[in-house]
Amino acid sequence: MIEVDHLTKKFDQVTAISDLSFTVVEGEVLGFLGPNGAGKSTTMKVITGFLFPTEGTVKIDGFDITRSPIEAKSLIGYLPEGAPCYGDMTTREFLYFIARIRGYRGAEIKNRVDRVVKEVALETVFHQSIDTLSKGFKRRVGLAQAIMHDPKVLILDEPTDGLDPNQKHHVRELIKNLAKDKIVIISTHILEEVSAVCTRAIIIDQGKIVADGTPAELESRSRYHQAVSIRLTTSHDLAADLAGCPDVDHVEQDSEDPLRYTILAKDGKPIFSAVSELAQSKHWPVSEFHINKGQLEDVFRTITQGLHREIK
Amino acid sequence: MGNLGIIFRRELASYFATPLAYIFIVIFLIMNGIFTFDLGGFYLRGQADLLPFFSFHPWLYLFMVPAVAMGLWADERKTGTIELLMTLPIKLSEAVLGKFLAAWGLTGIALFLTFPFWITVNYLGDPDNGVIMAAYLGSWFMAGGFLAIGSCMSASTKNPVIAFILTVSICFLFVVMGSPIVLNAFPQWTPQFIVDAFAAMGFLTHFDSISKGVLDIRDFLFFAIFIFSWLLASAIVIEIKKAN
Repeated sequence: MIEVDHLTKKFDQVTAISDLSFTVVEGEVLGFLGPNGAGKSTTMKVITGFLFPTEGTVKIDGFDITRSPIEAKSLIGYLPEGAPCYGDMTTREFLYFIARIRGYRGAEIKNRVDRVVKEVALETVFHQSIDTLSKGFKRRVGLAQAIMHDPKVLILDEPTDGLDPNQKHHVRELIKNLAKDKIVIISTHILEEVSAVCTRAIIIDQGKIVADGTPAELESRSRYHQAVSIRLTTSHDLAADLAGCPDVDHVEQDSEDPLRYTILAKDGKPIFSAVSELAQSKHWPVSEFHINKGQLEDVFRTITQGLHREIK
Repeated sequence: MGNLGIIFRRELASYFATPLAYIFIVIFLIMNGIFTFDLGGFYLRGQADLLPFFSFHPWLYLFMVPAVAMGLWADERKTGTIELLMTLPIKLSEAVLGKFLAAWGLTGIALFLTFPFWITVNYLGDPDNGVIMAAYLGSWFMAGGFLAIGSCMSASTKNPVIAFILTVSICFLFVVMGSPIVLNAFPQWTPQFIVDAFAAMGFLTHFDSISKGVLDIRDFLFFAIFIFSWLLASAIVIEIKKAN
């Protein structure tokens, strides 16, 4: 369990994170969201013990990261932003070094390294120096390093940043497989990733938590939640037909495709069946018809930009 | 093997993974040859000792040792690997000491490879090998002093070149501190203890006596404490600066 309690980090006069409190338990994959400079990386650096908190505490399985750093750090696997590795070493040398530092001795070192190399598919670059590797491979070396000791807590700062779609998919599958009995915290600004791998999402902005819930819960806060998307074959006055529908808020017409409409629900009430009945009875020329779960991106923008506006 | 040993091994291996270690050793040996045989008048003196060899070491170290030390921490900060290193379950003291010992080990290897000078002088005459051993040890300790300064300067910047320049400047200060040029510059009314304190901090003061075979434990103690203090300062600087 990770307990973050009233965590504040200041750099000189700048407050990077202020009064952050949350708890993460085993089995959770926590997505850390926020605009650039919101304090995501700083929070991770404090949790992993790289930076000292100005105020507040972080406990990893009961070990305070500032009071018992060695014990706490032993439980954590960490992929820092940009996946820094020692470039002059080969993949093999680097992973052997990490295995030794993580306390493995003798034959166990080779076993451990072989296991992670297989897990993140590094066989082809095993004897290559890290400086010569592509971005995707470097990221995977960083991941291999982080999961070397099968850590209880895995903290990944933008694990898929800069990877191609196949690699992204691979890393996400890896995270899902690892997550079963672990705590995983990933920071990202790719919102589809949160829906894809996370069981919980925290949005932070200006160093504060502005939303905390499952991805589905956050999506339901979108104004597009329960909205119905429709594409017609010929134009038709939908608004007039929908006027009698009490749960429908309004209709939006797509600016690029005038035959595409989005019917928004009032307060996230289900309108799908009402709209579909209406479409049949009024003989709308429908070619596409589907329900919206809500867009995380929309929620993200509303929440984080709302704050900025208040401040300005 | 503890964490200290693991870090030491990694650092030493990384010197040899790049041309740095080889360039350092080769240039160190060539410069020693030039200084000893040409400028030092090794043959002209007609004495079977290595005094000309050792007396140039402070000036040789002044430019060569900072080159070894400049990347110690600056590179870690530049590439971001410091974040990786500092979140591994190791103590800061193990990292600082492990890195320092690796750099010190490299200078030790370079120094060891000057053994042909020792063979030459033994072939030509009958030198006091005890004095030579002591001088070697003293020279190595002095290199450690330079390196410890370099470690601290390297920790204070992301830029290895800046670290190099800062280290050379500060090392120069400590080399000349005990020399008559600096001591004579003090006005007459300066209390004697201040002049003495200055003289006592100078590298030359301590190294001269060691290289002449005056084996005073206090000279070694000076370098040991000097190294310890600068490494402590390195650790403090790393803690303060690692966030930027």
